[in-house]
Amino acid sequence: MKGRVLVVDDDTALAEMLGIVLRGEGFEPSFVSDGDKALAAFRETKPDLVLLDLMLPGRDGIEVCRLIRAESGVPIVMLTAKSDTVDVVVGLESGADDYIVKPFKPKELVARIRARLRRSEEPAPEQLAIGDLVIDVAGHSVKRDGQSIALTPLEFDLLVALARKPWQVFTREVLLEQVWGYRHAADTRLVNVHVQRLRSKVEKDPERPEIVVTVRGVGYKAGPS
Amino acid sequence: MPEVGSAPPVGRSAGGAPEGVRPGRPVDPAGEIPLLRRLWSGGHLLPDGASGGPAHPLIRLLGRWVRRPLLPAARLWRRNIQLRVVATTLLMSLGVVLLLGLVVIGQVRNGLLDAKRHAAQGQAAGGFQVAEQMADRNSAGRSGDGADARGRVGQDAASWLNQLVEQLASGGKGAYSVVALSSASGDTPRVVSRGARVSGDVKQDSVPAGLREKVDEGRTTPYEQYGRILHRRSTKSEAALIIGKRLNDNHGDPYQLYYLFPFTQEEKSLSLVKGTLATAGVFVVVLLGAIAWVVVRQVVTPVRMAAGISERLAAGLLQERMKVTGEDDIARLGEAFNKMAQNLQVKIMQLEELSRMQRRFVSDVSHELRTPLTTVRMAADVIHDAREDFDPITARSAELLWGQVDRFESLLSDLLEISRFDAGAAALEAEPIDLRDVVTRVVDAAEPLAEAKSTRIVVRGAEQPVMVEADARRVERVLRNLVVNAVEHGEGRDVIVRLAAAGGAVAVAVRDYGVGLKPGEATRVFNRFWRADPARARTTGGTGLGLSIAVEDARLHGGWLQAWGEPGGGSQFRLTLPRTAGDALRGSPIPLEPEDSRRNLASGRGAEATGAPGAASREGAGERLAAVPAQPKSALSGADLPRLPGGAGLPTPTADPTALPGNGARVVPRGAAQGTPPAPGPRPGAVDTAVDRAADTAADTAHTTSTEREGRPRGR
Repeated sequence: MKGRVLVVDDDTALAEMLGIVLRGEGFEPSFVSDGDKALAAFRETKPDLVLLDLMLPGRDGIEVCRLIRAESGVPIVMLTAKSDTVDVVVGLESGADDYIVKPFKPKELVARIRARLRRSEEPAPEQLAIGDLVIDVAGHSVKRDGQSIALTPLEFDLLVALARKPWQVFTREVLLEQVWGYRHAADTRLVNVHVQRLRSKVEKDPERPEIVVTVRGVGYKAGPS
Repeated sequence: MPEVGSAPPVGRSAGGAPEGVRPGRPVDPAGEIPLLRRLWSGGHLLPDGASGGPAHPLIRLLGRWVRRPLLPAARLWRRNIQLRVVATTLLMSLGVVLLLGLVVIGQVRNGLLDAKRHAAQGQAAGGFQVAEQMADRNSAGRSGDGADARGRVGQDAASWLNQLVEQLASGGKGAYSVVALSSASGDTPRVVSRGARVSGDVKQDSVPAGLREKVDEGRTTPYEQYGRILHRRSTKSEAALIIGKRLNDNHGDPYQLYYLFPFTQEEKSLSLVKGTLATAGVFVVVLLGAIAWVVVRQVVTPVRMAAGISERLAAGLLQERMKVTGEDDIARLGEAFNKMAQNLQVKIMQLEELSRMQRRFVSDVSHELRTPLTTVRMAADVIHDAREDFDPITARSAELLWGQVDRFESLLSDLLEISRFDAGAAALEAEPIDLRDVVTRVVDAAEPLAEAKSTRIVVRGAEQPVMVEADARRVERVLRNLVVNAVEHGEGRDVIVRLAAAGGAVAVAVRDYGVGLKPGEATRVFNRFWRADPARARTTGGTGLGLSIAVEDARLHGGWLQAWGEPGGGSQFRLTLPRTAGDALRGSPIPLEPEDSRRNLASGRGAEATGAPGAASREGAGERLAAVPAQPKSALSGADLPRLPGGAGLPTPTADPTALPGNGARVVPRGAAQGTPPAPGPRPGAVDTAVDRAADTAADTAHTTSTEREGRPRGR
């Protein structure tokens, strides 16, 4: 599996090290060290995934994340030194799909990147319905009354995971494993934030969700069709 | 009726005045005070002699009924200084006004009476003189007629008297009345037949009998007395001064002539004065009350404002200030208060700033350290992966580098976690979770380590959901710490994880049968960088901060993390959390000292047989010595029993939700514990050591204290 990875990091040593590891795993890394130049580099290299350090000179990582997300659904994995709730949640809300806290093991990083890239490789013709939404899994589209709704790949995966088993209540841990590819339970905030983001796109009234329903104390499930 | 002599002293006349003159006299309250006092003090009306036993329920009810409406008033009285001052002012000014009024009225009445008496005496003296002159003149005019004229004289005397009375009375219409009566002494029998002569409609009974006797005795002296004028045509009477004198008529026969001076005018004047005084008094009292209210308000308002503002300051509204006007004492109070508030605000803001800087610093250090560490770690990984290509020395170095980078990393993250707690930056994200899920994850994660140590991890009490509002991430971290510690120090024996819920609390206890804890270590284990035995090899290389962080995590939940242990008998760590986040804990569903502790095994058998596990350990030494080894209750199959060095089964710790032992900070009497007999049968392998360790065990449990009470572990 070849994948172009754009590394946005100002620490040259870390960037170089990341390059060594990524190349060793068969990825094609490209580098940019300045937040202001990140968007241009993104347009130029058209990567399959972005590794984004949150603390950058110039534009900070959150802003870069927002700009990239505004024009593309490409997976974004944040590198952050802060595991505090606020920082993580702000990063996830600005559009990142996943985050990884420094210092991380190379294998952990590669596993996360693989998990983000994997889903685009398995197209199976499948038609799903959740609420009043129609999901074309192979065509990667979600439509309500013929009107298509733009979702990032991660949000799409989340929705599909729920829609495939509408009778099942998914705990956050199960969703983490199925959608993010975490073997051991990690941070359930990932799920919370992305469910909020997904709801803001697919729900008619995000305050009273009908597509992704919260089951208090357990997790989430698909709303009745 | 009191009598007054011919020249009574002024002071006595006031006191001896007839009651009718003082209609507005205050009622003597003396008769009511004992009753009131009894109502206040005892709340019942029984006489003292009858209150020996408990008061009659009805009377108590009455007392309560009387007191109940008074309670809010009493509270208002205690709390409201303004009300108190105004009420006191009103009461005191009322007293003063009443006293003043009484004195003034007394003075005025005395003055009026004196004036009246003087005038009356003058008037009466004049009248008596006129009567004497008329009598003399008449007798002089008739002296020549001789004794034959005597028969006519009786008639003459009667008409003369009539004439005299009318003449005298005509001088003072309304101001006085005149009464002529026959003298009772009766020198001559004729006089007795003579009727009374009265002016106006005054009854002759108006003249009191006592006065008549005196007048008769006094011969020529005039007598006076206070009495009442009675009227023939109406029943009403009026107070009066009555002056009488014995005189001789034109025939030289004695008769009594009385002047009656009614006090009508004086009473009118007096009631006018009273009315004026009463009106003035009411005005004065009301005004004084109002003045007191206003004055107290001036003082109390700023005080209340200060109180309100201090409350708001205390509540955290640091920008609150008092309004200062003028330069008086109140203004000084306000200025001083504001200065204090200002200083407080500055100090608090400085502290907040420091705290913010501290947190900022920690965050920056975190970032600055973590980025290079990430690079180092990745480089170490790459080198480590390629170590087979190196010569043995370099390869070993690569391994050391790799391992120590790991350790450095966990140390750093633990330090940052601790500093986050210290900075108060740790936030609880509580949500309803099932503790069984957390325990399952923790146990699964610890499985590889347990296998390496050939330890079994047994979970008990997971038959039904154990729901709790908690931060899953933190609880998992705590439990991971406890389980990994237990496996590491368990020396290959079983580790038992117990779950239980009861009341408003849930608990997880992790029990191991390893080296245990020495006396005093039960609290020290939570200290930062504390190590059980500095000389012992660090096989797994913990950071020494794990339990400190765990305690902080528990505290963040409002929960407890406590340790119990006995040397050689293993240890138990118990995490207790309130079922609802923010609730206060009152007890834990699991006893801190497990039922299968050596001490309990040695002493608690007898009690256990009666179905009261745990309670026995707190009984006296006598019962302990008398304990009979009994078959331990075993709720689980032998396969679940922990493998012990002796290989024998133990009484299994069953989750007993009724065994709420409190905070676990129980103190075992040393003397009692030292009488503990050696552990009986079930643990033959432990018998040899049990005797010499029994005392240690007891001492250790005595040292088992709640970490909550100790506050932060030492080493800050």
